Amino acid sequence: MNQLDALEEQSVYILREAYRHFEELCMLWSIGKDSTVMLWLARKAFFGHVPFPLVHIDTSFKVPSMIEYRDRLARDWGLTMVVGQNRDALAEGMNCDKGRLVCCRALKTDALRHTLDGSWPRQRMGEDGEYHLDENPQAFTGVIVGARADEEGSRSKERYFSPRDTNSDWDVADQPPELWNQFKTDFAPGTHVRIHPLLDWTEINVWEYIQRENIPIIDIYFDKGAGTRYRSLGCECCTGTVDSTARSTQEIIVELRATNVPERAGRAQDQADTYAMEKLRREGYM
Amino acid sequence: MGAATNIEQRETMNIVIVGHVDHGKSTLVGRLLADTGVLGDGKMEKVQTTCRRQGKAFEYAFLLDALEAEQQQGITIDAARVFFRTDSRDYIIIDAPGHIEFLKNMVTGAARAQAAVLLIDAKEGVRENSRRHGYLLSMLGIRQVAVVVNKMDLVDYDRDVFLRIEEEYRAFLAEVGITPSHFIPISARDGEFVASRGKTMDWYDGATVLDAVDSFAKLPSRVDAALRMPVQDVYRFNARGDERRIVAGRIEAGRLKVGERVIFSPSNKTSTTKSIEAFSAPVTTAAAAGSSVGLTLTEELFIERGEVMSHLDAEPLVGTRLRVNVFWLGRRPMTMDKRYKLKLGTAQVEVRIDKILRVLDASDLDATTEKSQVDRHDVAELIVATRNPIAFDLAETNESTGRFVIVDEYDIAGGGIVRDLVQDADHQLRLESRIRDIAWVRGDITNANRAEVAGHPASMVTLTGAAGVGKHAIACVLERVLVGSGHHAYLLDGKNVFLGVDADLALDDRAGLVRRFGEVAHLFLDSGTLVVSTTNVIGLGDHRTLQTLIAPFKMLIVHVGPEAEGLPDGADLRFDPGCDPEAAARRIASVLAERGRLRQG
Repeated sequence: MNQLDALEEQSVYILREAYRHFEELCMLWSIGKDSTVMLWLARKAFFGHVPFPLVHIDTSFKVPSMIEYRDRLARDWGLTMVVGQNRDALAEGMNCDKGRLVCCRALKTDALRHTLDGSWPRQRMGEDGEYHLDENPQAFTGVIVGARADEEGSRSKERYFSPRDTNSDWDVADQPPELWNQFKTDFAPGTHVRIHPLLDWTEINVWEYIQRENIPIIDIYFDKGAGTRYRSLGCECCTGTVDSTARSTQEIIVELRATNVPERAGRAQDQADTYAMEKLRREGYM
Repeated sequence: MGAATNIEQRETMNIVIVGHVDHGKSTLVGRLLADTGVLGDGKMEKVQTTCRRQGKAFEYAFLLDALEAEQQQGITIDAARVFFRTDSRDYIIIDAPGHIEFLKNMVTGAARAQAAVLLIDAKEGVRENSRRHGYLLSMLGIRQVAVVVNKMDLVDYDRDVFLRIEEEYRAFLAEVGITPSHFIPISARDGEFVASRGKTMDWYDGATVLDAVDSFAKLPSRVDAALRMPVQDVYRFNARGDERRIVAGRIEAGRLKVGERVIFSPSNKTSTTKSIEAFSAPVTTAAAAGSSVGLTLTEELFIERGEVMSHLDAEPLVGTRLRVNVFWLGRRPMTMDKRYKLKLGTAQVEVRIDKILRVLDASDLDATTEKSQVDRHDVAELIVATRNPIAFDLAETNESTGRFVIVDEYDIAGGGIVRDLVQDADHQLRLESRIRDIAWVRGDITNANRAEVAGHPASMVTLTGAAGVGKHAIACVLERVLVGSGHHAYLLDGKNVFLGVDADLALDDRAGLVRRFGEVAHLFLDSGTLVVSTTNVIGLGDHRTLQTLIAPFKMLIVHVGPEAEGLPDGADLRFDPGCDPEAAARRIASVLAERGRLRQG
């Protein structure tokens, strides 16, 4: 069994545990490579099916082709799409000029928290392939997230199953033990559990798996002639491209093997403050 | 370009770094990263800048202790994971906290590792957590350990200091069954004997930390062991025309092929594997340890999560009493009077302490036998009793089905390994009924077929209580109500079995009476009947035995007795003596319906 096989088997095991134990389960799909690999792993785990909704938080500032790609895949693969947004903040003109962390907090953290607990309206894709108001917004008690331990410091402290309290806060210093593939599947009312099937994957593992499985990843990861590409996806305003001529998955793998530039170097919010990501994550950012 | 055409097959290994607080674990890992050039560009500079801004000297440990709280307190709180590579393989280094408060994080980190590096401070010597961590490594099943004596610079690189620590700690590790692969004197701060040899300790000619880590062996695969696949779930999605009924689980040990006879424990159901299902993967007819698979079976059985699939000649043990070693991490102590949840493989059962054999302080291994509870950070040898039979192995023969965690309220609060099966009163009967179930001759009709035709599964309702309390009246009404609503129900009165089947038995042969009653009930259940039974011959205490004989069919135990005596252990419902039989029967029927044992609608 090679490394990718071992990672796949463990992720599948985690996904099946999540599906078994959490009745109100969802998967966060950011459209990026990691959560798309995770979506593919769900299809592996459930033999072609994805038996829970996929939640996307739309800040309205995403690169437009991301939304197009999302809805196309949702229709092709028969996914249950749920979309949430901080409409009030957007109506009041929130954007990254108000401060990057302020904007992330409003459009991502707050929108995510209220979409997950069902307190804000959310849109659900119907049989007709169009979005409609979700008539019955339940609070999700299990949330599958594509965080990887190697992305940045605070993510390396996550458990596979990490509890979040009633405010979605993460108590990093006091997490229950997790051993021998026995996970935290019991939780108090009002709390929820974040599930991390990709915790052990590295950026290069993700690309190697995309190549091996031939996963249809969004094409803005590739250079289309301008000598630049996205390495990490986010809002158009806060996500820079990297200089690269990689046009295929294979070329990206070659490039990654040679680089020493961190993956999130193009993500402006990380640079705003030394502990920016940890602060955001404690509050419920993914 | 060529390099990426084939995905490089590199080996990965998880290594945990443990030891007493402040003995320099994070410094060692930071040093390993810096000396082998695996840090991303700018990471070192970023941490150095932060240190300057906060007015403190740069330390290698800061590279890891990325969380704000940790830098303020200067100790590792959680087990951080660091990716790292040498010429020979990729590593995930788990930097586990050494502070006693965070022992649960150390356990979390170490449980994922295949090998460990254990640090001891040359100046402070062997401390409480040096021993506690050594003991826990042994319980967690980690046998490959390299011991590193750090901060040799603080003792002038004195060989005698190193040898004294080696002698003391080797003796300790021998007691817990660990033979260390290396003992290495280092200075993590100065990089001596971390990635390179250095010049300060000519008297030492052994390996560096990097050499030691590279020499750890990949764990032997469990492919050649007996087949164990704990059932994780049974799927039937029905979406998009998918009719498959798939038994999902991870093969923890052994190999599996299509067309093989398999048995599920503890239910003793047998079937034959028909196919291995997969999405977007080549068709395969065999799988081995480590694979998360999905199977279809030739006979569709009602199988539940928690059962263990094996081959017929090598089943796991089944029982309710286990002798175990436990380590406890919960804030509340583990006490005799409380019920906990035990999770072993995919099974979950209620468990309680039956007997405390001894409680140890893991830091010095002095036994304290008089303790009546297991406190936080204690290690204990216990006999535990599960409410229902569970399938398992001994940790020494099959690690993955021989270890478990204990859940207190919502959180995992302890873990342990199974040392032995303690035979309970029903052990012999359980073995006999397994032999019976395997050899049972069947026609073409399965229990599932019968349940489909009848519209309900076979199950049993047993009324217990003293003579003359009105059990028979309730049973009669219940039979009438069930048959009247289209169920295959039958009133099996103990007396009828006693008169005929038991005619040759002595009146005081209780074991014989119970066994025959159970076997007769089992025949009715196997025919698809909903059995309503009452008997004065068999007491409440015998129902566990009865349950063993009729397993995996479900039993609902209804007790008729005074309120003052309460609901007896094991009973599901209680009624007052002389109660209205119509109301009682309706109540029983509604509980049966809630549990899915009656016809729908």
